Amino acid sequence: MLLIFLALRAFGNLCLAWGTKHLPETLAADPMVYLRSMLDPAIALGIVMLILALLVRLALLSVADLSFVLPMTAVGYVLAALMGKVFLHEVVSPQRWLAVALIFAGTALVSSTPQSTTPPRAAGRVEGSK
Amino acid sequence: MTWVLVTVMVVATALSDLLQSYEMKRAGAQSVGARGVGRLLRMIVERRYLLLSIVCLAFSFFAFMALVQAAPLSFAVPVSAASFILETVLAKVLLKEQIGARRAAGALLVLCGLLALGR
Repeated sequence: MLLIFLALRAFGNLCLAWGTKHLPETLAADPMVYLRSMLDPAIALGIVMLILALLVRLALLSVADLSFVLPMTAVGYVLAALMGKVFLHEVVSPQRWLAVALIFAGTALVSSTPQSTTPPRAAGRVEGSK
Repeated sequence: MTWVLVTVMVVATALSDLLQSYEMKRAGAQSVGARGVGRLLRMIVERRYLLLSIVCLAFSFFAFMALVQAAPLSFAVPVSAASFILETVLAKVLLKEQIGARRAAGALLVLCGLLALGR
């Protein structure tokens, strides 16, 4: 399930990137341009894949701990760099690889911290724990 | 233009997460099941901050679309990690969360990565 999630997210981003780069118009502040761009097959496919990725992530969270899932999703930053290099023929300099590695390590570290540090407040009505 | 889009994306993401965390903590623990999802959807409509967080999320996504059009994918996705730093700071200041050494170190690593990415 983790692999499906990572693949969906990475390829969703790739489709979005590929689709937007081939648009005749520049995406700016005009909402109509965005609406029109969503009719583009590659962009629509990318958005569908990203929505599916979100749903798979929800399912994943129901069977795995968040503290396991979050550091794993940090792999996405490395995958994005790989996708850009392989499929979009982007030039990824050694410095950019270093940057991606640092960001991967940092986000993995941030995500693996204890999930709740604030004491639960008595004021909130607790549902679902019955 | 690139950095304007990065700023919009990062600020909108951080704001969205912050609003979600704040409002959901106020709402109390939720379950995710067939009925839980329905209740979550109703909450989004009823709770003003949740609705606002979804609007922020939309802004963040549209900024990401424009960014990925103008900048390389190997830049656009890693740079979105900047929201981790802003969120860590805001979580401490506004949500009064305690920031442990690991989390601080992680945010610092991300910051180093962003500096390397930026130049």
